Amino acid sequence: MEKRVTFKGWMLPLLLIAPQVLVSAVFFFYPAGQAIWQSLFIPDPFGLSSQYVGLGNFEFLLTDKFYRASFVTTAVFSILVTLCSMIPALFLAVLADRLIKGSGVYRTMLIWPYAVAPAVAGVLWLFMFNTRVGVISWYLGQLGYDWNHVLNGGEAMGLVVVASAWGRISYNFLFFFAALQAVPRSVIEAAAIDGARFWRRFFTIVLPLLSPTTFFLLVVNVVYAFFETFGVIHTITGGGPQQSTTILVYKVFSDGFVGQDLGSSSAQSVILLIVVGLLTVVQFKVIEKRVHY
Amino acid sequence: MKKTLLGALAASTALLSPAMATAETEIQFWHAFTGRLGELVKAQVEDFNASQDTYTVVESHKGNYSETLNAGIAAFRAGEQPHILMVFEVGTATMMSAGGATKPVYEVMAESGATFDPDAYIGSVKGYYTSTDGDMLSLPFNSSTPVLWVNRDAFEAAGVDPDTDLSTWQKVGETLDALKAGGEDCPLVTAWQSWIHLENFSAYHDVPFASKDNGFAGLDTELMLNGEAQVAHLTAMGEWAQDGKFIYTGRRNEGGANFRSGECALFTESSAGYAGIKAEAEFDFDVRPLPYWEGVGNAPQNTIIGGASLWVLEGHEAEEYKGVGEFLAYLSSTNVQAQWHQDTGYLPITAAAGDATKEAGFYDENPGTDVAVMQMTAKEPTANSKGLRLGSFDQIRGIIDEELEAIWSGDKSAQEAMDSAKERGDALLRRFESANK
Repeated sequence: MEKRVTFKGWMLPLLLIAPQVLVSAVFFFYPAGQAIWQSLFIPDPFGLSSQYVGLGNFEFLLTDKFYRASFVTTAVFSILVTLCSMIPALFLAVLADRLIKGSGVYRTMLIWPYAVAPAVAGVLWLFMFNTRVGVISWYLGQLGYDWNHVLNGGEAMGLVVVASAWGRISYNFLFFFAALQAVPRSVIEAAAIDGARFWRRFFTIVLPLLSPTTFFLLVVNVVYAFFETFGVIHTITGGGPQQSTTILVYKVFSDGFVGQDLGSSSAQSVILLIVVGLLTVVQFKVIEKRVHY
Repeated sequence: MKKTLLGALAASTALLSPAMATAETEIQFWHAFTGRLGELVKAQVEDFNASQDTYTVVESHKGNYSETLNAGIAAFRAGEQPHILMVFEVGTATMMSAGGATKPVYEVMAESGATFDPDAYIGSVKGYYTSTDGDMLSLPFNSSTPVLWVNRDAFEAAGVDPDTDLSTWQKVGETLDALKAGGEDCPLVTAWQSWIHLENFSAYHDVPFASKDNGFAGLDTELMLNGEAQVAHLTAMGEWAQDGKFIYTGRRNEGGANFRSGECALFTESSAGYAGIKAEAEFDFDVRPLPYWEGVGNAPQNTIIGGASLWVLEGHEAEEYKGVGEFLAYLSSTNVQAQWHQDTGYLPITAAAGDATKEAGFYDENPGTDVAVMQMTAKEPTANSKGLRLGSFDQIRGIIDEELEAIWSGDKSAQEAMDSAKERGDALLRRFESANK
């Protein structure tokens, strides 16, 4: 027997989904359509004239080795941000879950950083690692390590990853913590009686039961790393040194809003749209098979 | 809650509208200045408004240079453009190519009948904003040029004579050795590396930065910044960076903090850094002309400017343009300019304003403030030192910054880096050319 609500006629269901469709149309389909359309032209900034170039913008981009390199940068950056924001979050959630006293306080403290806007977080971390007045770079100097993310690409990448992942840990913590609370105690107690120690219980029982949450967070965090880390990069490195922290979305901004090259910028957002679309399909097709609901 | 919000909205709209109700013709002026500079602009506007009762200039701040340009462009697309838009020098080619969007200043002045003598403006300042036919397209507003700032106390601490000759890079090189040997950790630091060490460097040594007279003679221009002179300079700078004699701090003016705190001995920065350094430095400082390489090109030629100019946008009434003309004439008047020059460290845009400042004894009381003026005006500008007019130049500067970083970190030789900058920059120039055919 199906537990599904069925409607008579079409009017009511259409009416009910209309708001969502409207929002998607206004904020997604229309701009995305505009981006696709504009990616076929090279317009002048003032919109006085524009030249149809077909796929010329895409050709221009894909033959540019610096643009291709920015795919690698984006991949490295996204993987690092996702790992650095999920693993510590899970670890903290497990610890907070075991607390009996004061877990409320810990929880609140751990969620706090999520309230900090990415650009502000960027400035905060920049202050700590500032090559001249930064607290951490000063301590590193005392230890004999010369921190200079202004010239060292690896250090710059490390810094933007940490700054992007930091606030995100709270968000992931919240979800992991809720999911942990939902793991049935009886299953864990049964395993404990069978003699399984904590970490064994964690890896064989808890982690598989968390897999829907982990999967959800994986998708959300990758999208976050792709699109929302713009503020952090803008405030900390501006894409430098050289091009070591120029991720795809940052290039969309700088070419479109600094360089006034709207054709190339539109083409880049179309490429980004395709990349993220493919990535999500892959995640759902490949990884979701291993998720137990 | 909703009601209060709506109420507040209605109230604020009501507050904004009375300006429209007055009989005076309103002129919108969008600029990029905040802080002290913002106050000074506001004072100029208020003074102009008080001086006559036909026009009211309304000034508004629209963010930094890039944001102001973007705001102007977006407003134009929406048909809501201001009459006057401040555009930084890097955006000049973009504005020039937008023929249907801008109204050249010489035309505005001719139509408005306001007093306007193109010859009154300093050649190397107005040259940047003048067409090849000699017509002024936008009004130079704030212009500065790079100079060398010296921390005299740091020199003494390192046992180096602060009055030592720093006119050439050869001598600066020797001084850097001495400073380093004397225990100075930050002998040289710079702001705006591309503007100072490539763009101005090229003009100062009278070597081309780009073909077609640095882009003045046509959009089919190519970068020539990988020439012998530039590469030699960057090679030397690269070696200094490797030896810890030149400290790289970032692409913009981050180095200013290092210099003002007394950490660094020498600083190449805009003459407009004067106000900040004077306010903050707790050490004896000196302004010297930008050094040049003895025997390279025709150095010292003249340096070029940075800063912004005022563009008049199309699409308004003739009556309003008349007011724009009056306002621009007011801004160019000797008293206003001389005051601006003395308050900010920016260059005067007319020779008369420079003379008035001299007569008032300002240069005697503030030694070094005339170095920039002399450096700009010592020689008639050549095709290589009139300025730069390159499309997509903001992005090209970004590319140059990236390649320079590769030199400072030792990843690339100066020649490799500049060849790569040329190749990448030329690709953008070709794109700009095809977008503006």
